[in-house]
Amino acid sequence: MEQHTPTHPAIAASTRRTRISQGVRDSFSAGLGIFPLGIALGLLITQAGLPWWLAPALSLAAFAGSLELLLVGMLASVTPLAAVALTVFVVNFRHVFYAFSFPLHLVRHPVARAYAVYAMIDEVYAVNAALPERERSAARLLAMQIACETYWVGGGLAGVVLGAALPAPVHGLEFALCALFTVLTLDAFRSRRELPSLLLAGASVTVALVLTPGTALFTALLLFVGLLLVRHAVTGREAAHA
Amino acid sequence: MPSISYLVAVLAIVFTLTLALRAVPFAVLGRLRDSAVVTRLAVWMPVGILAVLAVTALHGTLTTEPRGRWCALLAVAVTVGTHLAFGRRTIVSVGAGTAVYVLLLNAL
Repeated sequence: MEQHTPTHPAIAASTRRTRISQGVRDSFSAGLGIFPLGIALGLLITQAGLPWWLAPALSLAAFAGSLELLLVGMLASVTPLAAVALTVFVVNFRHVFYAFSFPLHLVRHPVARAYAVYAMIDEVYAVNAALPERERSAARLLAMQIACETYWVGGGLAGVVLGAALPAPVHGLEFALCALFTVLTLDAFRSRRELPSLLLAGASVTVALVLTPGTALFTALLLFVGLLLVRHAVTGREAAHA
Repeated sequence: MPSISYLVAVLAIVFTLTLALRAVPFAVLGRLRDSAVVTRLAVWMPVGILAVLAVTALHGTLTTEPRGRWCALLAVAVTVGTHLAFGRRTIVSVGAGTAVYVLLLNAL
């Protein structure tokens, strides 16, 4: 089917509404992992004896789940600021690689653009990298980002409130994150049959888990990019010979 | 108990570094849009990055709950099976896998 650019304001408005609702729907499966993780963060903060406002403050400052969970222990033991900075750098370095395939070009408004970059979390990157180009839009992307941040901050606040009341939290909800990434890998593989990339990623993550289990994500991504650059060099030479 | 000024300093560091790591690559890539390496990496990277995230997330689950090892592996199989068998609806597949994991883990 042919897609026409909407010219009539009413059509444009309804297209926009459809896109926003698509974005909110995208956020549901991510939210299944984000909200429980937010609760876990809030619980951890109260259990560590840190002030409750740190949950929303940390979530707004970083908006990066794994980093925040890691920081709680460091803050409670007043770790030197240099060590905190190094941890932030290592754990969040993966975002550098997202720029290659994150559809920021769709977002035109400068404020929206700045927000899209600030809120470029794993789940949003993953969902949008797996979407075919024609199904992407700025409204869909931003709606998902705002929804995810609401779940994250809301989950943290819920965790702080629950901290005193709940005797034992439900274990295992964080598995949703693992399930989400698994499903998105399947979808991305279907839209682009990139078997060599999948094999190189498999090799990278295996080596990373064996050599540096503490910073496996960081090492695996660095190795993966290195291997892709080698692949680029090899493919380039083959193309030149042909 | 950390002081307020220490906590505020941490928040400032976290905000600045995280935003910089997310923003700077876009500024650099903008000038490299037409290069062959960038175009190729944009196509090659997503599947691999997602696979790495899936494996490290599974590894994280296995390390936090070592006794639930088999529950986690079974739940991954349920997630994949549901996704391939029931029309690739993300929320259904993620929900089914998570439900299996939570039920098995809390029944242990």
